[in-house]
Amino acid sequence: MAKKKFVVGCFDDEAVLFPAVKKVRTAGFKIHDVYTPFAVHGLDHAMGLRETSLHTAGFIYGITGTSTAISCISWIFTKDWPLNIGGKPHFALPAWIPIIFELTVLFAAVGMVLTFCYLCQLAPFVKKHHFHARATDDLFVMVIECTDKTNVDDLKAFLQNNGAVETDVQIAEEGWWLGRYDKDEMRFENKQIVAA
Amino acid sequence: MASLRTQFEVPGKMKTWSYALIGVGLVALSYGMVTKGFSSDEHEQVHFWGTLMYNSIFWTLICNASMFFICVTTLAQAGFTQSFRRIPEAISTMVPIFGAITFAVLMYIIFGHKHHIYHWLDAEAVAADPILRGKAGFLNPTFFVIWTTATIGLWSFLGWRIRQLSKQADEVEMNNETGAKFILKGTVRAALFTVWFGLTVGSTIPWLWMMSIDAHWYSTMYSWYTFASSFVAGMSLVALWLIYLKNKGYMELTSQEHLHDIGKFMFAFSIFWTYLWFSQYMLIWYANIPEETVYFKHRVQGPYKGVFFFNLIINFLCPLLILMKRSAKRNYTLVTFMAVLIIFGHWIDFYQMVMGSLMKEHVELGWLDFGILTFFVGMMILFVGKSLASKPLIPKYHPYLKESVIHQV
Repeated sequence: MAKKKFVVGCFDDEAVLFPAVKKVRTAGFKIHDVYTPFAVHGLDHAMGLRETSLHTAGFIYGITGTSTAISCISWIFTKDWPLNIGGKPHFALPAWIPIIFELTVLFAAVGMVLTFCYLCQLAPFVKKHHFHARATDDLFVMVIECTDKTNVDDLKAFLQNNGAVETDVQIAEEGWWLGRYDKDEMRFENKQIVAA
Repeated sequence: MASLRTQFEVPGKMKTWSYALIGVGLVALSYGMVTKGFSSDEHEQVHFWGTLMYNSIFWTLICNASMFFICVTTLAQAGFTQSFRRIPEAISTMVPIFGAITFAVLMYIIFGHKHHIYHWLDAEAVAADPILRGKAGFLNPTFFVIWTTATIGLWSFLGWRIRQLSKQADEVEMNNETGAKFILKGTVRAALFTVWFGLTVGSTIPWLWMMSIDAHWYSTMYSWYTFASSFVAGMSLVALWLIYLKNKGYMELTSQEHLHDIGKFMFAFSIFWTYLWFSQYMLIWYANIPEETVYFKHRVQGPYKGVFFFNLIINFLCPLLILMKRSAKRNYTLVTFMAVLIIFGHWIDFYQMVMGSLMKEHVELGWLDFGILTFFVGMMILFVGKSLASKPLIPKYHPYLKESVIHQV
């Protein structure tokens, strides 16, 4: 459990959040993440996140599904257990296309969901620290990672100047852990809310 | 707004090129008409009129697809199309022109009694044939003429009404109330066009114009298939004009984001086309009933084998593999290449749909096909260019224009 120190700034408006994200980045701070109540268009660009490679993964899963289906059906119907179905040739490609298509979709869909969960670190009983409960409701929560050299008070003032309605400092677990929230104190400790 | 270049001027080069293409096309067309169209040999006649027919139907339908695109995006209240909506509008002005050519060709076939093209025109054969007798309520000259006239007339008229309404977005500044009225009016007019489009391209017209060549054969998929073919080629045509205008320094409000969406249409409807292709093919292949396989017999196993599978590669595999990546749909060069390929591919598709039924013995894809194609391309460039120049390129008071400008994919 690697705990780190974070400065958290809360914004109540997208229009304030965007310039703040840009300013924080130009000032050289490392944004740990921005938690928003809904998907904010263009925020990934503003934060400088790279393009996701989820679709490349999806393509690979799809191709895997296609080749699994083709090799499986063609082996079954031509080598393992050839059946005469309506006088059609054993290698009846048109009849297999729907199955090939379905397996492609199945592999791609299931694979991408699992990859997505892996990338987002989502799974049953996997817990992550919540920096602010209202991030799921109506607040845009920007979390900045502190280093040894970070002057916390300066950073908080900087965020407030850029429109943060709430700022605080939290020492929190960076990654995930297994457990349940009601047994964890972490969510509530170190929480000093400073009104702006 | 003032600094935007909204007034398109037809470059001299484009005029020269379009006149040259029309000239070459006219030479091929008239030479073909003299040597084949009016020759005494029925085979030659069928060759010429069939070629002219599939070309004119193809170009009418893909230009009409532009108007369909405007209408469905209007109905869906889409904003992103507004910054480039003048391009599909300009392309749709070709519907009356190409429609008139199609109409003339079809009427010549009907009144010239070309029963080698439409077998059901032969009254004696129909009387002796129980299948054709059963279809006589639909496949008869009177209905054909009335329905064709109504179809082309209403496409032109309803499309014209939408373009007229669109002019308002250049003239009057709108507030919330007048803007909402403008949108509502557009929605009603678009709905009228879409309903008529569904009744014609979505169902009856491809059956009547093209499927009835194989008078005994039928497929309910056929119209959808034709629609998908023409729509994907139509979107490619819009993409080509958009890229051309951007190269010339117009359309500053339209960006890669819009191109990405057009690319998605090209990609998605290529897949949709394949889905229909396969749905039509597989059911017939599986059932293996002679009266149904008659359409595919000479296409899959006969002389049209090459064209038939080439068609599938060019219209399915290429778009699937090349346009799949996001970066490909945002790349002007690649989209240009794919647009040309898709238009050509679906032209080939129309070729095999019509000529594959008219000339079953051998494939004569040659100077006549490409000559007539040249004529239509030239006409399209000339008139779409003129039409683009006749209106501002950006509907500056359109209520959704801002949405289009800030559009992001």
